[in-house]
Amino acid sequence: MSRAREIIVAKDLGFNYAGAKKPAIQGVNLSISEDEFILLTGPSGCGKTSLCRCLNGLIPNFYQGEWTGELMVDGLDVTTQPTSELSRRVGYVFQNPENQLFALTVEKDIAFGPENLGFSRDEIRERVDVAMKITGTSALKELAPYELSGGQQQRVALAGVLAMKPSVIVLDEPTSFLDPHTAEEVMRAADDLRRELGLTIVVVEHRLDLVARYAERIVVMDGGKIVADGSLEQVLDEQFDMLEGLGVGVPRVSLLWSMLRRDGIVSGKVPTHVEDAASALSGMMSH
Amino acid sequence: MITLEHVSFRYASGYLALQEIDLNIQGGDFVAIMGENGAGKTTLAKHLNGLLKPSQGRVLVDGEDTRKVSVAHLARKVGLVFQNPDHLLFSETVKDEVAFGLKNFGFSPEVVEKQVGRTLEALGLAEYADTSPFLLSGGERKRVALASILASEPDYLILDEPTIGQDYQQKERLRNFILQLYSQGKAVVMITHDVEFVAESNPKVILLSKGQIVGQGSADSVLSRDEMVNRASLVKPQMSRLFGELAKHGLPRDVVDVHRARILLEDKLGEVKAPVAQNP
Repeated sequence: MSRAREIIVAKDLGFNYAGAKKPAIQGVNLSISEDEFILLTGPSGCGKTSLCRCLNGLIPNFYQGEWTGELMVDGLDVTTQPTSELSRRVGYVFQNPENQLFALTVEKDIAFGPENLGFSRDEIRERVDVAMKITGTSALKELAPYELSGGQQQRVALAGVLAMKPSVIVLDEPTSFLDPHTAEEVMRAADDLRRELGLTIVVVEHRLDLVARYAERIVVMDGGKIVADGSLEQVLDEQFDMLEGLGVGVPRVSLLWSMLRRDGIVSGKVPTHVEDAASALSGMMSH
Repeated sequence: MITLEHVSFRYASGYLALQEIDLNIQGGDFVAIMGENGAGKTTLAKHLNGLLKPSQGRVLVDGEDTRKVSVAHLARKVGLVFQNPDHLLFSETVKDEVAFGLKNFGFSPEVVEKQVGRTLEALGLAEYADTSPFLLSGGERKRVALASILASEPDYLILDEPTIGQDYQQKERLRNFILQLYSQGKAVVMITHDVEFVAESNPKVILLSKGQIVGQGSADSVLSRDEMVNRASLVKPQMSRLFGELAKHGLPRDVVDVHRARILLEDKLGEVKAPVAQNP
């Protein structure tokens, strides 16, 4: 079986912000392949945002502090590459799209990144058109970003990042400001990019139920360290008590199942989806 | 009591954001206003403290018409915590930020210090008293914004999306805090689309869609009904979806929180006495 190319490799990575009492991240070993969809989670202050900042070089280029270990992203050593080089490879979508969109029209906003890289008009045109097509924002191109709904804004932010033709897209709590249907729409758009373009997607999120359908792998951090890394089903089943103890937003059906299992009412793996729990319980009641 | 009588509001652009809203909020109430992005939730919240005045109808706060009194006067009674904390924060330290409102209201330095300390403690922010709010994480900044409003102990507390960026422990802390406030006779109004948080907190739910109230009632009665949830573009809580599937076995449909679900299933499965269920 051929192994997909490794796109992110961290070896014993650590970072201590200047003046901070303890490191934000420490001893992080992580290997992420092309076209993986990763859910990165953990309690507030666990280091997940700091780890993401390393991926596109914001750390160590814009934040002062002490760096240890190694981090390679798309074949580049983060500590020796300029941020301009890294930002082409790692796109970052923030929690609040209002902080990211500023041009007068959607089209101009999406063109901003490629324009700054100094591409020809034709190249910019093509990148913008492709990005709008994939994210379903073509019909919005003449509109001003503030006229859009939250989900549309977040898709435009995604298109802007996509126009840079990155290999990795990091979405940092991208659905916080969105209602559940709109949140689903953004997650689906990110998953399309993974499936159609082979991009690596890293989503930072507290609410596992929102991402459970798309993420095959979950990485959990606490105190700057990785404390769990595996398939969502496996981590939920084997390390449920640890996740709950950390205050990770486990799907409610998983929580219910684990309570019933503790009470000796049910057994077997903790389900991740409502449908699985429903059919297991239903089967039991039909007897 | 805050009373909204036939309140409609049209923005200068001509957009009709609220239509004929009738609503009463009184001490001891815990209300969740829910609906999709653009439903008018934040516009409604801004009417409760006079930031926006109705185009038609009126809003009374303890009998005073919000069009006739200043926002500053209302601010002592009605505290509004915005969705985005950066719209509110500007001081150099967390302590100063939280003290700002109290100082403006003319409290003595001793009272200010005591209130600030108490509030920071309650929200788990004491260790950041001398830190700049801008060095904190998004979730922490949100709690500072909340603290700066709570410190002056308004009778009516309006929270716009308080759970955004908060992990589960912090949500739990927020829930306990809200519980404490309304059991002390304060009114808490929360604007949110966090269905799971609402399902487990059990406030009175008001569903807003396109500027109109399309449903209201207890969390379990509202969030377990497809037609209401769909109309407000929400998604049912996981427990409600599960119990929708299990209704054919004689279990109730209106289950939205994990704890009630657990009790019902223990009863039901204890009675079945079948071999332990296996999740394949």
